[in-house]
Amino acid sequence: MRDEVISVDPDNLVGAVAKIKVEGYRFVTLSCMQGDENMVVVLYHFDKDLVLKHLRVSVPADRALPSITPVYFAAFLVENEIQDLFGLRFSGLAVDYERTLYLEGDVKVTPFCRYTVAKMNADKAKMLSASADLPGTGGS
Amino acid sequence: MLKTVIPFGPQHPVLPEPLHLKLTVEDEVITEAIPALGFVHRGLEMLANIRDFKQMTQVVERVCGICSMIHAMCYCQGIEAIMGIEVPRRATFLRTIWSELNRMHSHLLWLGLFADSFGFESLFMQLWKIREKVLDLNEATAGNRIIVSVNVIGGVRRDLAPEQISWMLAELAEVEQEINRLGSTLLTDYTVKKRTAGKGVITKDKAFELGLAGPTLRASGVCQDMRMLGYAAFDQLDFEPVVETGGDCYARSKVRFREVLQSIDLIRQALSRIDQSEIRTKVKGRPQGETVCRVEQPRGELFYYIKADGTKNLERLRIRTPTFANIPALLSILPGMWLSDVPVAVLSIDPCISCTER
Repeated sequence: MRDEVISVDPDNLVGAVAKIKVEGYRFVTLSCMQGDENMVVVLYHFDKDLVLKHLRVSVPADRALPSITPVYFAAFLVENEIQDLFGLRFSGLAVDYERTLYLEGDVKVTPFCRYTVAKMNADKAKMLSASADLPGTGGS
Repeated sequence: MLKTVIPFGPQHPVLPEPLHLKLTVEDEVITEAIPALGFVHRGLEMLANIRDFKQMTQVVERVCGICSMIHAMCYCQGIEAIMGIEVPRRATFLRTIWSELNRMHSHLLWLGLFADSFGFESLFMQLWKIREKVLDLNEATAGNRIIVSVNVIGGVRRDLAPEQISWMLAELAEVEQEINRLGSTLLTDYTVKKRTAGKGVITKDKAFELGLAGPTLRASGVCQDMRMLGYAAFDQLDFEPVVETGGDCYARSKVRFREVLQSIDLIRQALSRIDQSEIRTKVKGRPQGETVCRVEQPRGELFYYIKADGTKNLERLRIRTPTFANIPALLSILPGMWLSDVPVAVLSIDPCISCTER
């Protein structure tokens, strides 16, 4: 890519994003993809005066990334999308759909990623399990 | 005060596509709005792992019917950037012309739907009548009315004959006259202003902070338009983004109305400066590398991230559409509004759900 790409450690992510916001960048989006072995790569894209800046973060698929919604609230939608499609979890998400933005609540697969560990919130799993037992819902 | 939760959509008279909003209301005032998506998600990004990179041009055209031409143009520009392909000058002008026709018919569609959302049926019908002329222009020049399918990697697949250019100029003059005739109604009518002015205000700082895009961003006073990047032939045309400062539903409709007239001007400029050359460069090899490509869709900034590893399939294709960026605006403007204003406010961001969910 012709634009500036900065590699960031997951632990320093929120600080790096906060610095970018102070510099006057507009949040554009996130791009998520499978990396080598059990890794997931997330690119954070920001724009200032039509020039892009990217942060690149690699994280093990079963580890949660800190959400950047405390800095850029608008990121909540794309972080939820990544949770749904790649199974990568975000901690501290401002609005957490618990993997139900696109998917039904009982879906455990990760459609865009072959090795991600998708975990459902324990309370939600219990609630879904209970509703499946209700008469007329197709449960046993 | 008793709180009530009201579902808005996914099937609703003012919504052309399925978007669900869970609205919490006290009396008839919205206190919270939570969007729900997933009704038309097709996983088109993953098709990049199955279809080869040339076939993907036809796939991305079908991300959304209304913005299809610009999706394909963005994708082709991205692949051309990775492969170092130089597109013939005539092809860049042709892409510009079709992309502006795309913007015109999309904005006219929206202006009609917007009029319909506050019950102005005759205005809705008049706007769509004008839109038919733009679709006729598409059909005559590209062979199709909506999904024009003119882009290929390396250029375009259709050309304009000299007699078509003079016919297009005459048609555009008629369209311009008819749009101007409706302008006074759309922009000064008491009913329109009563339902749109001062509703759903997004300040300049808020619009920037929420990462909004397109007319929704420019209506709040932020001068940002991807055409300023100078892709296709925009660097050879006189172009200044349309910006309004009101930040309300009225300002958003005014931006789109002015952009229809601006598109006519841009097409005229392009038709007068287009020269004779090839329309397509032959493509050899396979892409390897990664790039980001951005263009201006009718609804705003369209973002493509493409990663290729030298095989016939792309490693990753990521599409961020403008409506995806504009949905957080709803969470900002709906709280505090009357329930009766929700259809106008929701439509004011011009939501395109098939784009959003891909």
